[in-house]
Amino acid sequence: MVFSTASFITQIAVLVLVLALLHKPLGLYMARVFSSTKHAKAERAIYRLAGVDSGTEQSWSVYLRSVLLFSLISILVIFALQRLQAVLPGSNSLPGVDPWVAMNTAISFVTNTNWQTYVPEATVGMFVQMCLLAVQNFLSAAVGIVVVVALIRGIARTTTDRLGNFWVDLARASFRILLPIATVAAIALVIGGVVQNFWSTEVANTATGASQLIPGGPVASQEAIKVLGTNGGGYFNANSAHPFENPSVFTSLFQVFLILLIPSALPYMYGRMVGDQRQGYTVAGVMGALWLTSTVLMAWAVSSAQGTATAAAGGLGEGFEQRLGPAASSIFAASTTLTSTGAVNVAHDSLPPLAGGVAMLNMMLGEVAPGGTGSGLYGMLVLAIIAVFIAGLMVGRTPEFLGKKIGPREMKIAALYILVTPTLVLVLAGISSLLPEVMANAPASGPHQFSELLYAFTSGANNNGSAFGGITSSGPYLSTMLGLAMLLGRFLPIALVLALAGSLARQRKIPASSGTVPTHGPLFGSLLLGVTVILTALSYFPALALGPLAEGLIK
Amino acid sequence: MNIISGYLRQAGTAIRFLLLATIVLGLLYPLAVFGAGQLAAPFQANGSIVKDSSGQAAASALIVQAAADDAGTQDPQWFHVRPSAVGWDPATSLASNLGPNEAKLLETVTTNRATVAASEGVSPEEVPADAVTSSGSGLDPHISKDYANLQVPRVAQAHGLETRDVQELVDKQTSSGLEAFLSQPSVNVTLLNLDVASLAAHRN
Repeated sequence: MVFSTASFITQIAVLVLVLALLHKPLGLYMARVFSSTKHAKAERAIYRLAGVDSGTEQSWSVYLRSVLLFSLISILVIFALQRLQAVLPGSNSLPGVDPWVAMNTAISFVTNTNWQTYVPEATVGMFVQMCLLAVQNFLSAAVGIVVVVALIRGIARTTTDRLGNFWVDLARASFRILLPIATVAAIALVIGGVVQNFWSTEVANTATGASQLIPGGPVASQEAIKVLGTNGGGYFNANSAHPFENPSVFTSLFQVFLILLIPSALPYMYGRMVGDQRQGYTVAGVMGALWLTSTVLMAWAVSSAQGTATAAAGGLGEGFEQRLGPAASSIFAASTTLTSTGAVNVAHDSLPPLAGGVAMLNMMLGEVAPGGTGSGLYGMLVLAIIAVFIAGLMVGRTPEFLGKKIGPREMKIAALYILVTPTLVLVLAGISSLLPEVMANAPASGPHQFSELLYAFTSGANNNGSAFGGITSSGPYLSTMLGLAMLLGRFLPIALVLALAGSLARQRKIPASSGTVPTHGPLFGSLLLGVTVILTALSYFPALALGPLAEGLIK
Repeated sequence: MNIISGYLRQAGTAIRFLLLATIVLGLLYPLAVFGAGQLAAPFQANGSIVKDSSGQAAASALIVQAAADDAGTQDPQWFHVRPSAVGWDPATSLASNLGPNEAKLLETVTTNRATVAASEGVSPEEVPADAVTSSGSGLDPHISKDYANLQVPRVAQAHGLETRDVQELVDKQTSSGLEAFLSQPSVNVTLLNLDVASLAAHRN
């Protein structure tokens, strides 16, 4: 297979054009959704039935407690119902899910990771997929969005401890933003060939003698929210490489568009909510520059077709879908790892070594370009606070961010935030790589074996969910350690972000002076870009050198 | 005590909210998409099932179908598909997940190349990459135009058909236009073999 540069450029151009057209209306719409004081009738009914006091706003600690309690209960319910699968309807005659797998899967879907340590076709029936996992695809994405909304309110508001009501925000993100877009997208996917039924079909080709049982299921409805909510958990094991999830190059491009849609509109919502659109565009500019650079890097690495087996095959092919082609797969691989999606339309394990390295680097950036729904923007805003602190040190003034002082408390929170994921990835991957019985789960040879392990922990701690599929992670040790990485990688940053929001909301707004570093424009954008790359990527450089760089550069 | 009751109240809210959300997002939403799909695009929604000339449901247009024996040897009468990590069985889907420098992959690819070269009667250098590698799903029904062209003489001879006629069927099942530009010219073997069977039945 030959990498088509013309196709690559066309697809990138289409994506940029469509997202440029849509970011403003969607951003405006989302800003209105979270600023409105009116509740829809159906929402009011839900609040009444759930016992939500929709008129009361919460402080950061109560907001956080709501996030944590809701997530904990979701994990417990999903775990329990997976264990009980055999006696539930819609089990497709499958037994209860293995406890380690059920634990890992429950955590994985609630944390927006969608790491899949199981083979869906052989493990989970329609009920678990549709009523448990796909529901979390909505709710975990909504949690990400509401956390960044709370942070933005913290930046915009003054002298208050109120950040909004978690339940109201969650309902609005789910029902007013995700649900309508997902419905339209799912129907479009069905028209594009994605299956949406509740039965399998027997087929028999009398001429060739081949007979098959063609699977079915509510695939399109799960597929739409899988990409829109930057979740990534496929209905089928092969994910978006499966012809029923992703029938053609058109659906593939449409899925990349859905992955990027909300994350690329959130900066506009941010600008709107803080009353300064330049802030939103600066953040969007940095995200866009990183996305484009990384996608081009991925294309370059894929088109190199490096590898002894690849050379023996006569070029790219292993793990690639003929109907999608290497250009579409490069774009998908880059966007899925630059956001917290983790869906794949090509086997990442078989990509040329440096392409696998770019996928890891994308996640290591903290998934901020443009990142997961909500999580990408709050990650970028924390980095912006660090950038403004560094700029403040340069000019010798107390750093300010949109009129709020960045004092010791704010800086401690920001510093802890950026330490969480590198610590989780490097410590857990480091310890695990010393255990021979763990490394036996990664059957690859040479540096590629370490790459499989490093990829797993990078993907888990960053809540991505894509994998170097060669690794077997369903045993007790890796299920638990990856579960831990996903949990801490999701909720420690959320706790820190909400604490930061609370601390910023309490402050008075100080007027900008001649010593204030403007947090918009190309100068600050460049600084933010530099801080992002240096702070995040460099922490991982030694680990990358042992895996993909060793495999890709030494030959 | 106050704190505990606050937690309990919120836990109750969480459980009820999750249940309500599940009704909307886990039942109503997929059912609405199902209904819309059955109305707007029932063929696609039900798996793109295609019938053969006798009207029997013969295959899914999107899923690979190989004419192969239990050992995985493909029948020389029909167009061959790419190797598959799941043996072309849509019960599950899988890639080989072997790294680009893996000795095992190198060996598999080299063996496949010799097999394909022998069955098509060409030199190993002429075998295209897709013919010796497995797809990410193991279920992709498509092969490259080059690989399909390579197989035309063998299939034509097996069915007593003119090479030109079989080539025409290949061209008909080759992607074109914008789709081919954005991906690559690809031939759907599932549909192609159905066309071959129907042409052969018609001629004989």
